[in-house]
Amino acid sequence: MKKTLIALCALAVGGMSLSACGSSEGADDGSITMGFAQVGAESGWRTANTTSIQESAKEAGIDLKFSDAQQKQENQIKSIRSYIQQKVDVIAFSPVVETGWDAVLQEAKRAKIPVVLTDRAVDTEDTSLYVTFIGSDFVEEGEKAGQWLVDNADASDVDKDGAINVVELQGTTGSAPAIDRKKGFEDKISADSKIKITASQTGDFTRDGGKQVMEAFLQSNPKIDVVYAHNDDMGLGAIEAIKAAGKKPGTDIKIITVDAVKDGMTALAAGEINYIVECSPLLGPQLMDVAKKVAAGEEVPDRIVTEETTFTPEQAAEALPDRKY
Amino acid sequence: MPETVSKGKALGARAMAHHLFWPLVALGALLVVNLIATPTFFNVRIQDGHLFGSLVDIVRNGAPVLLVAIGMTLVIATRGIDLSVGAVAAIAGAVACVYIVKSPADGAAATAVVAITMGLAVSVALGLWNGFLVSVVGIQPIIATLVLMVAGRGIAMLVTGGQITTVNNDTFAALASGHLLTLPVAALIALGVFAATQVVVRRTALGLLIESVGINPEASRLVGVRSRTIIWTVYVFAALCAGTAGLIIAANTHSVNANSLGLWIELDAILAVVIGGTSLAGGRFSLTGTLVGAMLIATLTRTIPNIGIPAEANYLFKALVVVIVCLLQSPKARAVLQRRGDRTPTGPSTPSREEAVA
Repeated sequence: MKKTLIALCALAVGGMSLSACGSSEGADDGSITMGFAQVGAESGWRTANTTSIQESAKEAGIDLKFSDAQQKQENQIKSIRSYIQQKVDVIAFSPVVETGWDAVLQEAKRAKIPVVLTDRAVDTEDTSLYVTFIGSDFVEEGEKAGQWLVDNADASDVDKDGAINVVELQGTTGSAPAIDRKKGFEDKISADSKIKITASQTGDFTRDGGKQVMEAFLQSNPKIDVVYAHNDDMGLGAIEAIKAAGKKPGTDIKIITVDAVKDGMTALAAGEINYIVECSPLLGPQLMDVAKKVAAGEEVPDRIVTEETTFTPEQAAEALPDRKY
Repeated sequence: MPETVSKGKALGARAMAHHLFWPLVALGALLVVNLIATPTFFNVRIQDGHLFGSLVDIVRNGAPVLLVAIGMTLVIATRGIDLSVGAVAAIAGAVACVYIVKSPADGAAATAVVAITMGLAVSVALGLWNGFLVSVVGIQPIIATLVLMVAGRGIAMLVTGGQITTVNNDTFAALASGHLLTLPVAALIALGVFAATQVVVRRTALGLLIESVGINPEASRLVGVRSRTIIWTVYVFAALCAGTAGLIIAANTHSVNANSLGLWIELDAILAVVIGGTSLAGGRFSLTGTLVGAMLIATLTRTIPNIGIPAEANYLFKALVVVIVCLLQSPKARAVLQRRGDRTPTGPSTPSREEAVA
């Protein structure tokens, strides 16, 4: 028992030292101090997001206090509390999960520190707890994907049987991007009665998940024309499964994905993916802009959509050399 | 004539009492459900010179869970548990992939061999650490392996720099998607490890010693069994199995994602072991049972997209199947069910026999 306790204590101490934050006091000399609580560094997308925020803070002359929550809500709440104590001018963060933020956001409100959400929203009744939410519109991303399919319906009917059978690889069940990308896509394809989603299953946003689900679909649905994957990684997994089945991805089966990370763009440029809707992590400049306005007491819209585009294979080949993530 | 009938009945009863009867029934039932949903489910054809079909996919995709479960079986037989296997798998995959990416000849077969060796060596080292905490320091297995379960993913993230690392090496990819004599390499590795382990634990005294340590480590030590060495060895073996599984998972997509590789595989492995009839209290274990359990889980995973269960109901469906299998395996639950069934006129003779078994 004693040994167990010692082991647990060692763990706890290790955890605390990892999540400790900088403690310099925010000075009130007119310059803006921002506290940013990042989710973690779980993907290339996230790392690009972090770099964008750090670089644009430097450019905008904003003093950035940055913390990494390593995917844990309690770490994020801890760093937000420490930002409140340090009296920063603006707090920004990407919430790990949607719920459980009311208490700490109330504290920030009482301390009169404006809060900006980035990339992910929080689920709260009280919208006065934050000033704005900067991030992608996942529904719009799904709509862009669906619109492309409607516009390219004839070319996408690979087996020329008059019906376009789509299989969908969903993101993590219940996550906002999975729900919204599904909805936006379905809304758009309903315009064309030939396009039908014949199978839909979660691949958990991972390559392995996408590959295994696609293997099953290839066996149970012989007439697949199009794969719609909620992110590049699942699309990349599907490519592997399609190749193993002796078909040519991008030609025998069309592939549409969302994200535009480097590996996805490489596959797009090689013609193995047909269309990618961008979900950009580079929201740093927009965030700094908002921070300045908020600190100056100006009004900002309560929803700011990240500037995003879409890519065809030709555009991907062009954009690939300077792709940062 | 009546004699053969009763003989047949006795044989049936004996088969039903076998610990693998109900898991096999469940596996068969799942396959039948799939066959009804997709009539071509059992079709296997030759595609690009290798076997191709749903059943082949199941065996190949079930390989990592089977590997981890084989190691887990022996650990559980010593009355232990290893929660760190998922993290060990992630570290092994991360070390191998990062080595390949950093190597100047990243497509060469030799690079892949070195990378695989490194991944396995790291796994052994992690197994030594787990075994040390459990057998020498004497920390309870669930706590000792929890350390690495939590910290291990952090180590894997550190190795990959938090990025999804993609490799282009055909030899490494062959671990998962390659074929030997038309059969998938991943499945051959897992079944090879299964056969070798089965031979070693059942043809030598090792299996008996593991069981004795699991039943009573102190008594085993007093009669001269080296409990400490045996316990240490099974944790190293479990980590080695987990590392192999991690390499296969990484090779499957030519990439390693430290966040998701092998996530929750420890739970699937423990489930496979339990379905196979190995007692979590230590002692008695069945590797064949684990094989059936792992194949059941792989089939279940395949069933969900095949019969078109909506994504929201995934876990519910999985849970229902697992609960049914566990209930079928419990003699008490079976006795209750049987008594219900026997309320029809045919007489109450069977329940008493079932109770005697229970």
